[in-house]
Amino acid sequence: MTVLDHRHTAAVPGWLPGATAPRTDPAPLLPDTAPVRVLGTPAAEKADPALLRELYRRLVVGRRYNQQATTLTKQGRLAVYPASTGQEACQVAAALALGDQDWLFPSYRDTLAVVSRGVDPLEALTLLRGNAHTGYDPRASRTAPLSTPLATQAPHAVGLAHAARLAGDPVVALTMLGDGGTSEGDFHEALNFAAVLHAPVVFLVQNNGYAISVPLTQQSAAPTLAHKAVGYGMPGRLVDGNDAAAVHAVLGEAVERARQGGGPTLVEALTYRVEAHTNADDATRYRQDEEVAAWREHDPILLMERALRELGLLDEQLVQDAADEAEALAARMRAEFHADPELDPMSLFAHVYAEPTQQLREQAAQLAAELAAEAEVHH
Amino acid sequence: MTTAPALNGTATRTSTMAQALNGALRDAMRADPTVHVMGEDVGTLGGVFRITDGLTAEFGPERCLDTPLAEAGILGTAVGMAMYGLRPVVEMQFDAFAYPALEQLFSHVAKMRNRTGGKLPLPITVRVPYGGGIGGVEHHSDASEAYYAHTPGLHVVTPATVADAYGLLRASIASDDPVVFLEPKRLYWGKTEWDPTAPVEPIGKAVLRRTGHSAVLITYGPSLPVCLEAAEAARAEGWDLAVLDLRSLVPFDEATACEVVRSIGRAVVVHEASGFGGAGAEIAARLTEKCFHHLSAPVLRVTGFDIPYPPPMLEHHHLPGVDRILDAVARLQWED
Ligand SMILES: Cc1ncc(C[n+]2csc(CCOP(=O)(O)OP(=O)(O)O)c2C)c(N)n1
Repeated sequence: MTVLDHRHTAAVPGWLPGATAPRTDPAPLLPDTAPVRVLGTPAAEKADPALLRELYRRLVVGRRYNQQATTLTKQGRLAVYPASTGQEACQVAAALALGDQDWLFPSYRDTLAVVSRGVDPLEALTLLRGNAHTGYDPRASRTAPLSTPLATQAPHAVGLAHAARLAGDPVVALTMLGDGGTSEGDFHEALNFAAVLHAPVVFLVQNNGYAISVPLTQQSAAPTLAHKAVGYGMPGRLVDGNDAAAVHAVLGEAVERARQGGGPTLVEALTYRVEAHTNADDATRYRQDEEVAAWREHDPILLMERALRELGLLDEQLVQDAADEAEALAARMRAEFHADPELDPMSLFAHVYAEPTQQLREQAAQLAAELAAEAEVHH
Repeated sequence: MTTAPALNGTATRTSTMAQALNGALRDAMRADPTVHVMGEDVGTLGGVFRITDGLTAEFGPERCLDTPLAEAGILGTAVGMAMYGLRPVVEMQFDAFAYPALEQLFSHVAKMRNRTGGKLPLPITVRVPYGGGIGGVEHHSDASEAYYAHTPGLHVVTPATVADAYGLLRASIASDDPVVFLEPKRLYWGKTEWDPTAPVEPIGKAVLRRTGHSAVLITYGPSLPVCLEAAEAARAEGWDLAVLDLRSLVPFDEATACEVVRSIGRAVVVHEASGFGGAGAEIAARLTEKCFHHLSAPVLRVTGFDIPYPPPMLEHHHLPGVDRILDAVARLQWED
């Protein structure tokens, strides 16, 4: 069987070959009506205690990372920071669900997922600091650049997963986007390609209720965003996006299914953006404080702490270690971003092409001459 | 070219370009019930730059619609609305986020009048905040005017003053042809005094912002203040520079530009978009063709480099500034 053999689709009995719809039974693709939960349910007792503690540690460190980056932005040390505060469960679980050989295709809000993937926390902020576009090596970390044009990275994830499958490599691609991003054409085209190509890709939609100011009700009339999967012929899963163990479990399953040749999955994680859209946004213009307060009660760290305590897994050592690691990271961020970085203006001309064109060489010479003249004046 | 009367009864006022644009939308919606505003976050939030502030409160969500997040969908829907008699004003959130809508813009919006033998004109205004200088991270600072200007069927308008922001937006909305209305982001917050009751000028008229006899700087949108500053600085070097604000790239006011260039004999075209294949190339070529015997030097260009828009900490090296403009002026063969 070649990788593009289509026998995996189960034909519905009673229909002639080549007949029009339905060609597959949609029922198995439908998401559960209630989001999957692990923490605070009997499933938590079966979860791996080491994994739960690891998730806790990463949530605590991740929250501190979000807070410190937000503070640095207020101090003018970062150009902008779209915080994932409140969404840390999705961020860390997504990264943890992937193996080293897998690829992550993040959106602009997913810096923490990139960090959780192992990218240096400061390098991951380069784009948002404003000194260069992508601060990390995507190949080394198997993490694509943070994508700002929404949903445009989703087809890339499909393409990479497809190519890996053609090569016979057990590589899965996971792409992350927001509820708003699911309205973009690229999202739909990516789902369709993934299903048709049977590509080993997982789509994680972090439904945090808003696309800047626009609430989900004005974004989509679908029963859930997970239902969008069904129209393309892949399973949709709904998960409590603040339950890190549940997100990890659902994504882990989807990743394994993809790796085993089972094709793509769309996962909708229900979460909430606790901070404003970015530091440039005023969230009081479009949402009520009570709504934010209610979600703070369903905070991913609170949920994890409560569950760990119930399971007898929250010892003082763990709490202290996580807090220490978080503070050490925050201190490193403050120290590193205390001053503006040394920048080389000539880097403007690097990497536009493999070989600069004649015109670019001339323009580089022009800038070099200008800089030399400026330096002269300053001396 | 259609003109629309200014409804705002009050006399001279001081406001920002953002407020003038907001006033233009409001007045256009009051004057014509077929004017509908639509885009991402234009409702409750009033747009990320607050250009649509208060429109949903005054006109309701049907006239100022928060759409789903899909630029091709927004513009494609506007096409259908325009076919049914509405006059949509679409907001693209940022320059680079208009790109998903280019298929609709290039293949349909620009061509519908032509394809239908004039039966289906599309009176759509596509507002695009554009250009750099605001410290934005990648995809937030593109100067994308050349793509639009290269597409026959689209008007391309870009104001550089508060009064023009109001007047040209009113004229664009009143136009029966599609207009790409490029708003220089970095000029949004500059305050000036202006008269909202002044008659709205038609699209397609360049204006001399400063007279001078040594050379003329030809520019538009975000680069106008830079050129005025350069002209001021040039006095110290003994040059008396004129500054011409094109206000629209399509139509290009060739008559005015040629008149000025013929009378002065030296010209520099200034814009922040990349130079290669940019609007300046077209303008320089055209002026050379039409004014060759009046020129004392080749028409020069000062533009951004031919590179992807740089990160914010480096953007000042990319954007044309006073020194780069004066360097070009110095190269206008004065010794001959
Ligand atoms: C193609 C495109 N259009 C518009 C924008 C501007 N923009 C940036 S973030 C955002 C909202 C995104 O909402 P969502 O996808 O729900 O993600 P969230 O911000 O909630 O994480 C918008 C409209 C963009 N980045 N890309």
